[in-house]
Amino acid sequence: MSTHPSDAYSTNEMMTVAAARELRDGVVCFVGIGLPSEAANLARATHAPNCVLVYESGTIGAKPEVLPLSIGDGDLAVHADAVVSVPHIFNYWLQAGRVDVGFLGAAQVDRYGNINTTVIGPYGAPKVRLPGAGGAPEIAASAREVLMVLRQRPRSFVERLDFVTSVGYRHGGDSRAELGYGGAGPTAVITDLGVLRPDPDTRELTLVALHPGATVEQAREATGWKLRVAGELSTTESPTDGELSALRDLHARTTAARKEAAG
Amino acid sequence: MSDRTTLREAVAELVNDGDAVALEGFTHLIPFAAAHEVIRQQRRDLTLIRMTPDLVYDQMIGMGCARKLVFSWGGNPGVGSLHRFRDAVQSGWPGSLEIEEHSHAGMANRYVAGASNIPFAVLRGYVGTDLPEVTPTIAPIRCPFTGEELVAVPALRPDVAIIHAQQADRRGNVAIWGIVGIQQEAVLSARRAIVTVEEVVDELVPHPFQVVLPAVTVAAIAVVPGGARPSYAHGYYERDNAFYEAWDPISRDRDRFTEWMQRYIMGTHDFAEYVESLGARSGSR
Repeated sequence: MSTHPSDAYSTNEMMTVAAARELRDGVVCFVGIGLPSEAANLARATHAPNCVLVYESGTIGAKPEVLPLSIGDGDLAVHADAVVSVPHIFNYWLQAGRVDVGFLGAAQVDRYGNINTTVIGPYGAPKVRLPGAGGAPEIAASAREVLMVLRQRPRSFVERLDFVTSVGYRHGGDSRAELGYGGAGPTAVITDLGVLRPDPDTRELTLVALHPGATVEQAREATGWKLRVAGELSTTESPTDGELSALRDLHARTTAARKEAAG
Repeated sequence: MSDRTTLREAVAELVNDGDAVALEGFTHLIPFAAAHEVIRQQRRDLTLIRMTPDLVYDQMIGMGCARKLVFSWGGNPGVGSLHRFRDAVQSGWPGSLEIEEHSHAGMANRYVAGASNIPFAVLRGYVGTDLPEVTPTIAPIRCPFTGEELVAVPALRPDVAIIHAQQADRRGNVAIWGIVGIQQEAVLSARRAIVTVEEVVDELVPHPFQVVLPAVTVAAIAVVPGGARPSYAHGYYERDNAFYEAWDPISRDRDRFTEWMQRYIMGTHDFAEYVESLGARSGSR
C-alpha cells in the first residue's frame, strides 16, 4: 500500500478530479446537482474555463461562484449568459441537440449504463420510492454523450435494475440505436475506484482505469455484476496540486457562503 | 382581471375540493404561503400537479389534501428524500396516493400544450425506459409528415395554478425574474390563477430575463411578503437551507410531522403568524 497516497487526497477528491478531466473545454454541458455539478465546476476552474454549463432550471452559461445548493440557486442565474424557461431548455437545447455532454449521477446503474432513479422493488409496491426521473431520461437520450459520476458500491452497480428510468446502451450491442435518439450514450462512468468505459462492440461497461491505490479486486467486490476488466488497465494520474487546490478552494468558498447565509 | 385580495379569501374562493391544482416554482419562488393556506382550509381530494413536489407537497400529502400526484421529481432538493411522499406511496399513509409520473421534459411539454389549448404535446423521449409501462399518459405517435415515431403526452389543464412572484403593479401585472422555471406555462394552462407577491409597486422595472404575466391572466393577487420562504425569492431572500435540513427529521416520523403541522400551520392564523411562531422557536427567521 506504499503507493496509496491517502494522506495527500481523499478517494472522493480523486473521483471528482477524474470526472472533471473528462470534460473538454468549450463544450455545452448539461449538469446535474451534486457530484456532476462539483466536477463540472472544477473543470471550469481548471482546464475548461469556456465550458457552457447548463442547469435544468434554465440557466445557460451558468458561472456559479460556489457550488449550488439546488438548481434554484440565484447564483446560477446572476452570472448566466441567458436564463430561459424549462420548456425552452428541454426542447430548444436538449432535444434539439445543442448539448454536447450530459453529466449525470444515478441511484443505480447496470452493466450497459442504464439508470434507475425511480424505485427499488416492484413499482406498485416499492421497497424504496426514489425521487423519479427529473431531467435524466431526456439528458440520457439527447445529449451527444453522457458522463456519469457515482461511488462504486454493490447496491448502486447492480446486475438488474428494478426500473429503467433513463436509457444507456439498453441491452448492449446496437440495441440503443433502434430507439432513434440523437445522443450516443454514456462514454464514461467515473467512480471512487476508477473509470469504466463501454466496450466498442458489446457496449458493456468495462473497467479501463484504476485510481492510485485501488485494486481490481476492490472494483469487482463493489460491482453487482461480473465486472469486465480491460486487458490494458491504466492508472489514473493523481490529482495535481493545481486541481486539488482548485477543488478545495471551491469547497471552502461554498462552506463560507453557506455559513454566511445561515447568519 | 386580477383582484387584489387576501390569500385566505383567494384560496376560499378559487380552490375547491377535488380540483386539479398546480403549485409551481422550479425550486425557486416556491409558493409555500399558499400551500399552507390550502392545508389550513383543509382542502381534500386534490390532484396535485408539480414538476418538483418538494417540501410543499410533502406537507400537503402528509396532511391528507391529495388524492393524486402528477410529477416528475419528488425529493428534498440538495438534502434527500421526501418522507411523507414516500410514506404515502410505500404505505398509503395518511391515505392512498395515486401517482402519475413523467420526466421534466414531459411535464414541461404538457404545460405548453395546456397553455396552447391543444390536446397533447409531442416529444422525443421515454422510449426504451420503463415509464410508458407505468404511466398511461405516455403514448407513441407517428409523425404524419415524416413517419417518425415520437411520443405524445396529454395537455395539463389545472383548475387552478398557484405561484409566488416578486412583484405586481397596481393594475395587477405580475413580474418574475431570476430563474423563471415553468410558472408562465402553468398559469397560462390553468383555468384560473392565484399569485402571491412580495410587494406591489407603482410600476414594474425591467430586470434581466424578466417574465411578465399580464393582469388578464391572473384571477387573484395577494401580497404575502416572504411567501416563498424557506425557498428563494431572487432579489429578496436566499433559501433557508437550515429549514430544508431540519425538515428531514421532522417529516421522517408520522407523529412528529403531525405535531409540527398542527402547531405551526393549523395553529397559526396566516403566513405572517407562522413565520413569527417559527422564528420564536428557532431564534432565526
